[in-house]
Amino acid sequence: MEKFNPKLHLPILVFGLAAPFVVPGLTIQVAVLWVMVLFALTWDVMGGQMGYNSLGNIFFFGAGMYICAIVQIAFITDVGAYTASNGGVRITFTHQEYFMGLICGIIAAAIGSALIAAALGWTVFGLRGPYFAIGTLGIALAAGELMGTWEWVGGGGGISMPVYPGSADGKAYLFYFLCFAAAVGTYLFCSWLYSTRFGLAINAIRDDEQKAEAMGVHTLRYKTIAWAVSAFFLGISGALFGNITGFIEPLEVAFPTVTFGIFMVAMSLLGGKGTLWGPVLGAFLFHFLKEFTWTYFLGWQWVALGVLIIVNVVFFQQGIMGWLMEKFPEKFGIVVEKKEAAE
Amino acid sequence: MNTTRLLTAVSASLAIAGLVMSGPAQAKVEGDTIILGSAISFTGKYSTNGIHAKNGYELGVMKINEMGGVKVGGKTYKLKVQYYDDESTPLRTAQLLERLVNQDGVKYFLGPYSSATTKAAAPIMEKYKVPMIEAEGASRSLFNKGYKYLFAVLSTSEQYLASSISLAAEIAEKNGKKASDIKVAMAFENDPFSLDVRAGVLEDAKKYGMKVVIDDKMPRDLNDISSTLTKVKALKPDLLVLSGHSKGAATGARQIKEMKINVPMIAMTHCEAAKITSKFGASTDDFLCPTQWAETLSYKDKYFGTAADYDKLFKKTFEGYKNVPYQSAQATAAVLVWKEAFEKADSFDTTKVRDAISSIEMETFYGGIKFSPAGNNIAKPMVLRQIQNGQYNVVAPSKWASHPVNWPRTAK
Amino acid sequence: MWDNIAILTAAPVFNIQLLLDGLFIGATFALAAYGLALVWGVMNVKNLAQGDFVMMGGYIAWWLGTQGIHPLWGLPASIVIMFAFGWAVYVLMIRRVIDKDMFTSLLATFGLAIVLAQALNLMFGPEVQTAESDFPIRSYFDNAVTIADIKLVAFGLCGLLALAVVLFMKNSRMGQAIRATAQDARAARVMGIDTDRVYAFTYALNAAICGAAGALISMIWVIQPFYGISHSIRSFVIVTAAGFGNLPGVIMAGLGLGVMEQYGGFVLGAEYQQATVVALLLGVLVWRQIEMRRHRQVVQ
Repeated sequence: MEKFNPKLHLPILVFGLAAPFVVPGLTIQVAVLWVMVLFALTWDVMGGQMGYNSLGNIFFFGAGMYICAIVQIAFITDVGAYTASNGGVRITFTHQEYFMGLICGIIAAAIGSALIAAALGWTVFGLRGPYFAIGTLGIALAAGELMGTWEWVGGGGGISMPVYPGSADGKAYLFYFLCFAAAVGTYLFCSWLYSTRFGLAINAIRDDEQKAEAMGVHTLRYKTIAWAVSAFFLGISGALFGNITGFIEPLEVAFPTVTFGIFMVAMSLLGGKGTLWGPVLGAFLFHFLKEFTWTYFLGWQWVALGVLIIVNVVFFQQGIMGWLMEKFPEKFGIVVEKKEAAE
Repeated sequence: MNTTRLLTAVSASLAIAGLVMSGPAQAKVEGDTIILGSAISFTGKYSTNGIHAKNGYELGVMKINEMGGVKVGGKTYKLKVQYYDDESTPLRTAQLLERLVNQDGVKYFLGPYSSATTKAAAPIMEKYKVPMIEAEGASRSLFNKGYKYLFAVLSTSEQYLASSISLAAEIAEKNGKKASDIKVAMAFENDPFSLDVRAGVLEDAKKYGMKVVIDDKMPRDLNDISSTLTKVKALKPDLLVLSGHSKGAATGARQIKEMKINVPMIAMTHCEAAKITSKFGASTDDFLCPTQWAETLSYKDKYFGTAADYDKLFKKTFEGYKNVPYQSAQATAAVLVWKEAFEKADSFDTTKVRDAISSIEMETFYGGIKFSPAGNNIAKPMVLRQIQNGQYNVVAPSKWASHPVNWPRTAK
Repeated sequence: MWDNIAILTAAPVFNIQLLLDGLFIGATFALAAYGLALVWGVMNVKNLAQGDFVMMGGYIAWWLGTQGIHPLWGLPASIVIMFAFGWAVYVLMIRRVIDKDMFTSLLATFGLAIVLAQALNLMFGPEVQTAESDFPIRSYFDNAVTIADIKLVAFGLCGLLALAVVLFMKNSRMGQAIRATAQDARAARVMGIDTDRVYAFTYALNAAICGAAGALISMIWVIQPFYGISHSIRSFVIVTAAGFGNLPGVIMAGLGLGVMEQYGGFVLGAEYQQATVVALLLGVLVWRQIEMRRHRQVVQ
């Protein structure tokens, strides 16, 4: 596990803790940045470290969002009646009801998503290469469509989330720090995970799955656990995001497969997949570029985004961290033999 | 330089760049310009109507600026709208509005397009206590939450197609049949707006005891409803009701033509916005289309003159419109409300402006505007038009009807 | 759901309508999927921009229609334009992803798909469009079954195009070169085949096939800049189900998918129509996996 490094970690911690007070206007955008960091990190557990490129991880984001919403509402009233009235039943949550609901909702979202991942793992992990990517994409797309036909959770009409009982600023701060904590938690967990035997095992699966299996690594078990880890944190992010948005709906908000679902891949690749810091760096850069183009090149933002993905994938596949490692291998503790270097 | 320092440098410079980018919050009124903010759909599934609405906003702003602008505190100001693209997803709406409030310092808002995005917008308006006059979010669920800063110039969505149900009942009784014998087929997009339209239709159908024989929702892309239409052929309903924004209307009209669907009465929303008469010609004759506004109605105001004058000016200003969609007209009306509200409040204080909006009572080319305490406009009815020889003629309610309704419809 | 099945058994004539609609649209699915099978099989490129090529072809035909030219002329026009476009895309980006790992081509073409969809949106606007052929529409069985002539024409053209491509692959020098490269690119290179040129031609041919499918879709269905992704997914479902070396399989799967969509929409409700496609994809993948497991057990 990475040791605390004041030069590296401190600025980020200070930035994270101070941002909502220094730039209160940007609170939500920075909160989304932390969610993006979480996205990139969780995608990389699978895509970077284990070599399984999923296009459907966003499924767990939506699953978490819905699980949390259902738990929060079920805490005080019947979910079917609440959604049927299209948010028309105005239920004012007391502080206690709201926070108990939220806490239970987040926990349920995390555990629920992880359990779903474990259950799906059996089916999905037989798929290799492009089939895995397409299969997971299919799961995310199917989930959005099926949720849209499930009347009990509001169908395509969606759910209006319970209203935060306190002040508007209080809500912004609460969810900002929850997002920040979730991102930091994900980072710390990944950092620890990669330092254990587990990290070695999933790296072995990436490098050569058959050999790993032949060496006695129980690959299916490792793969399923890795997916469940991704799902656990993604479930939390979904739970938080649903509450930030205030209104959830299956196709655009809960299962945004072609936006957030692809962003997480793009961010990981941009920063450099298979490294701990790559996804974080990629998320920062990507979010910044995205907000920039969204503001100043209205209408062309998607073109810019598409071109960024193409250029990144086609010409700069190693990502920023990969490029740094190539350029300054000695800084990463990679020893290049003199003889080889001399040639 | 070692890794950590490199990373530190990169992340620190990014953070700094982020802070610089954000800039200080600007004033909501710059010099002699009042800035209105709007996050609206330029891309994604609602973009057709997002652009209709934007054109409406632009025409309103143009006209007001041409006529001298807005007078507040003895000084005249010009209007300007700052737009962002919400990509038709409520996910972006909340973020973009926060950005408009906090970074761009905008304090006065025009609505996004669609009920879904407006649902995400309303809590932000409440949070910052800044008023939004919206023209494109019709779902009733927007007006039962006690929002104080959300005002809508349009009628709510359950009224869209409900009038077609009562019209069907009227016709049945005139022909000596019972209203409860009527069979209704429905196909709706699976989104908050269309589902609310559906709820309105269901309520009214139940009131008359009509039988709902088909109750389908359109597929995600809204690109094919031929399987539903095959069912329509099999079950021969007396009334076919469709609603799926512009895409649903275009697909529906196309396939109704192609499959020669022969239902005596067909009602669908968004006919004008989807330009179905120019696309599918005579086959769309006798469709019933609910509208918030029609250029033939006798409304008028001092800005645009009559509804017909607005219609002419709009077609002159923007190319490619054979019929002016009501989405544009109501967007323009929202801009007019802003002007009157500023002048009435004679101040830029958001609370005072809000109170001015809530007490406004005005006649516009779009119809009367007066907000209920919940924020929806109660001074304007919806009318039902029928496409007759390529023209949209008002056929119901009878107070506004200029032409008798053609019944039964024959497939052409 | 049972009510809907009851309609089909009580009045079987509606089966004809569903079947025909499914086959007509399925033929265009099969065409686009055949293009995908080609680039997948020959170059190992998983082209997620497939559906957006289809939309481009559709917009070419539609645009010609608005200029007063009959949209059927859009078919040759979009074949030519898309061929050139495909070649350009190959030179600019695909060339560089061929020998990279499999995920690269998937993501790179996804980036391309985003760019194309948005470019179409900026150029033609987001409205749903159709190209009007003005051909008559026939009804049978007391209007229970309606067939638009354009659908028959489109179906015939699909068949002709497929036949042309098959003959081309069998008999022409380039076709033989493509097949040789698909079998063993290195051996082909040793034999003096310019594989880079073969790849470029294959990718361009795929774009042209998609363009043709799109031109037909614009006349018998509807097009819109952002519909590309669902066409891509359909192509992937078909190729995954049929395998990429299997032309009859691709045709059967394409037609089958069209029919399944219609029946899914009819029986379960139209809201399940597109969910049917995705569910089929998952079903196919699971089934393949069970097959594979059985195979593995045999090996053990």
